[in-house]
Amino acid sequence: MTDILVIGAGPAGLAAAAAARRRGATVRVIDSAERTGGQYWRHLPESRPAGREAVLHHQWNTYQSLRQALEFDPGCTIDTETQVWAVERRADGTLRVNLASGDVDGTRATESVVPDRLILATGAHDRALPVPGWTLPGVFTAGAAQAMAKGERIAVGDRVVVAGSGPFLFPVTASLGQAGARVVGVFEASRPSRMARHWLARPWELAGASHKVSELAGYVAHHVRGRVPYRTGYGVVEIHGTARVEAVTVARLDADWAPVLGTERRIDCDAVCLGHGFTPRLELAVAAGCELTDERFVRVDGEQRTSVDGVFAAGEITAIGGVDLALAEGEIAGWVAAGGSTADAPVRSARRARDRFTRFAERIATAHRIGASWSSWLQDDTIVCRCEEVDAGTLNRVAESTASVGLRSLKLTTRAGLGLCQGRICGRTVEQLLAGASGCTAFADGTTTDRRPIAAPLRIGDLARAPQSTETSPHQIP
Amino acid sequence: MRVAIIGAGITGAACARLLARAGYDVTVVERGAVAGGTSASCEGNLLVSDKTPGPELDLAVDASVRWPLVARELHDELGPGFPSIEFEPKGGLVVSMTPEGAEPLRAFAASQRAVGIHAREIATDDALELEPHLSREITAAVHYPQDAQVQPVVAVEALLASARRAGARVMTSTEVVGSLHDAGGRMAGVSTSRGDVHADLVVNAAGPWAGEVAGALGLSLPVLPRRGMVLVTTRMPHRVFRKVYDADYVGATQSGDADLQTSTVVESTAAGTVLIGSSRQRVGFDDRLDVDVIREIATKSLRLFPFLEDMQVLRTYGGFRPYMPDHLPVIGADPRVPGLYHVTGHEGAGIGLSVSSAEILLALMNGTTPPLDPAPFAIDRPTLTPHLQEVAS
Ligand SMILES: Cc1cc2nc3c(=O)[nH]c(=O)nc-3n(C[C@H](O)[C@H](O)[C@H](O)COP(=O)(O)OP(=O)(O)OC[C@H]3O[C@@H](n4cnc5c(N)ncnc54)[C@H](O)[C@@H]3O)c2cc1C
Ligand SMILES: Cc1cc2nc3c(=O)[nH]c(=O)nc-3n(C[C@H](O)[C@H](O)[C@H](O)COP(=O)(O)OP(=O)(O)OC[C@H]3O[C@@H](n4cnc5c(N)ncnc54)[C@H](O)[C@@H]3O)c2cc1C
Repeated sequence: MTDILVIGAGPAGLAAAAAARRRGATVRVIDSAERTGGQYWRHLPESRPAGREAVLHHQWNTYQSLRQALEFDPGCTIDTETQVWAVERRADGTLRVNLASGDVDGTRATESVVPDRLILATGAHDRALPVPGWTLPGVFTAGAAQAMAKGERIAVGDRVVVAGSGPFLFPVTASLGQAGARVVGVFEASRPSRMARHWLARPWELAGASHKVSELAGYVAHHVRGRVPYRTGYGVVEIHGTARVEAVTVARLDADWAPVLGTERRIDCDAVCLGHGFTPRLELAVAAGCELTDERFVRVDGEQRTSVDGVFAAGEITAIGGVDLALAEGEIAGWVAAGGSTADAPVRSARRARDRFTRFAERIATAHRIGASWSSWLQDDTIVCRCEEVDAGTLNRVAESTASVGLRSLKLTTRAGLGLCQGRICGRTVEQLLAGASGCTAFADGTTTDRRPIAAPLRIGDLARAPQSTETSPHQIP
Repeated sequence: MRVAIIGAGITGAACARLLARAGYDVTVVERGAVAGGTSASCEGNLLVSDKTPGPELDLAVDASVRWPLVARELHDELGPGFPSIEFEPKGGLVVSMTPEGAEPLRAFAASQRAVGIHAREIATDDALELEPHLSREITAAVHYPQDAQVQPVVAVEALLASARRAGARVMTSTEVVGSLHDAGGRMAGVSTSRGDVHADLVVNAAGPWAGEVAGALGLSLPVLPRRGMVLVTTRMPHRVFRKVYDADYVGATQSGDADLQTSTVVESTAAGTVLIGSSRQRVGFDDRLDVDVIREIATKSLRLFPFLEDMQVLRTYGGFRPYMPDHLPVIGADPRVPGLYHVTGHEGAGIGLSVSSAEILLALMNGTTPPLDPAPFAIDRPTLTPHLQEVAS
């Protein structure tokens, strides 16, 4: 029987596990979070049932049925609070996946497994571009605000400004409203003309994705009903406050996202949510040796196979397309990894859904692409790398004085991206700013911030007790 | 005189600076980016403590005198706007962890003292006073005040920035693929992926790739890579004040695995992280992560500093030490081709030895007296000749 390890218990990973079980494989699902569901199905712990999950979560039923199918299935093991901290490529071509489980603050159990097939469904981090004042208390990434609203039922403030780009700003706004905040404005950086061009072009392609469109339309209706001002071609260009957020300056942005002088306006608020898209969590895929696309997602073929034999990828690490795309990709990855084919009837609808939502994802990517001139709203003392407190001025000064065109050297001379997050949060931004400052389009050392051989910090004591290469768990399923 | 230097690691950078300041017309040719090779994948230890009396230790002693001067000159020249090379003359502490390990360490220190090294044997209690978080199990300790440290990547960038101010040119993303010769067979430059670079003298400073580069120039040079891995922790309040080493490399305690050896070095960086090194392994240029290796480094570090148990490893990195079969660097002219020099093979000490290696090179080019006898580093030394065969042309 094929033995499959799925990393990530979000929509993609759960759908993969369920499909692989249907095709007869044994499955083990790993997630570092306390509960399954990933970014999308964030919910209160079982001990605090809220009864309103279905209202807060689209497709709550999908989650419930996936979860029930897997949790009571003896052929499937689900391990939460279990982190993959390293993936090794061994000489015989197999991959050794190193796990640490238990409370991250205590001693953790370590284990290593060599699965027949690996499905990567590690999702994406939401991304916020730096803005002067964004380190003030009261500034959140849109994802964090959403997570607090959905998972904890806490609103981040009373008067909240939401800014950034992409359709994801809608559900965040809606959740904030449901958690009791007043959203005083939503500012979408993309200009109406660009959005219209990419969202309204070739409408037939969206036909099948209509529930996605109507989900978005529902959000728009909500905005209108709730009279939340929604402005396109605008951005928050500065955040004000002494001890915490007191106000923001918003300005019109040109097509490249440079603020247009003279259009600034001050808005009082006590919280700001920033969301400028997502960064895929690529470290495990990179460690496994998977090829990336030019846009730096994991490259997969029509069967969700990566460039590495036996390794599949699904969900936001292959494209940002929302939960429906993640579910469809996961189902295909699980089915094929277990020995099936995309021609098989049981995955026909998943295949169609994937094709539709892939086009939807492409539209999101083009309609909301980050403008090349966004950094013109930065000030010299705007922190870019929060872990190491490196500001924009330092990046420029060091790049200029060393004349370096190597990312590795620039990171080590500025310390940007070397902190606790290891560039997970700031990496793409640091790369962009350093490339701009050193005047190169691609770094001469060919490195990126996606490589992190240690995928999650590990206590030295736990590392010292990690299994030797000869001690590999034989098979994970009872 | 035009000089082409191949490689912009610490060796190429130190040579470029010295030659440019001496009036040579210098072009550095680098395949990737500056400090993109071994010099960005190491620790910045400037050590005398780990070296057996002999030519390498002599070179290290010379370097230990030069580094404080170089650090000051760079700071004065480049100003406070340039990142600091973080030169810290913090000294080293070598300790043995077993009863059997104590005597070899003492004997080793005595042999170093005999050639003038400050190797102060101290009582274990005094060692614990210097390093309060060190394991109580230590059986002997030697303090080396001459040991120091730099941030190697900033050091490379600073040396090259200084070289540029003295007129040197640096070509990045430019790979040396062959050699140019004049009618008499002298070097006349190198051919690169971006066209020819004409020069009267050529310096091969390509680190672990110096053998490949020599091959492209039509010669053999037995430089080999020896992989090393380092662990980096999250930031913490300073608890390790010097460079602290386990003396097991001195004594009998050899790793059972002939191919994998680790000797523990623990040090704090200016940023507050702790670096834990390092391993030695002959695996060619294979850069895949091997958990067995980093596990062994972690295990041994706990022997020295039990408090590390609860510290987090944030990342790991590794590089390839360039080594010669007889474990001495090559510094000097290649008698096989007039106009060609090699400065490479510094193995695990190339950061420290760079500034002195450059001085020897400069003296050899100028025809003046080098700061120390260059004969042990000559390419035609007896211990290297068996490994050198002329490439049949
Ligand atoms: C706050 C928020 C709100 C959203 N709202 C909507 C919406 O309204 N509509 C919509 O269509 N889409 C929405 N999206 C997008 C949607 O959440 C994603 O499309 C979907 O979650 C992607 O699923 P996934 O399985 O690829 O990744 P995720 O759901 O992100 O799951 C990845 C999982 O992998 C785990 N993981 C990663 N690395 C490791 C590791 N090394 N070891 C162990 N586990 C690991 C993570 O813990 C995580 O649980 C939203 C996204 C966010 C962040
Ligand atoms: C884990 C580890 C720890 C270490 N710790 C220390 C320490 O604490 N102290 C110490 O002194 N030393 C240490 N070392 C050793 C030290 O890093 C090396 O000796 C030193 O960096 C070598 O420098 P280099 O300039 O000769 O080589 P490199 O830094 O490797 O530079 C060679 C350059 O040549 C370039 N190149 C290669 N081929 C070509 C070509 N065809 N054309 C153009 N350019 C080319 C490469 O891209 C590279 O940039 C350590 C090494 C390792 C691996």
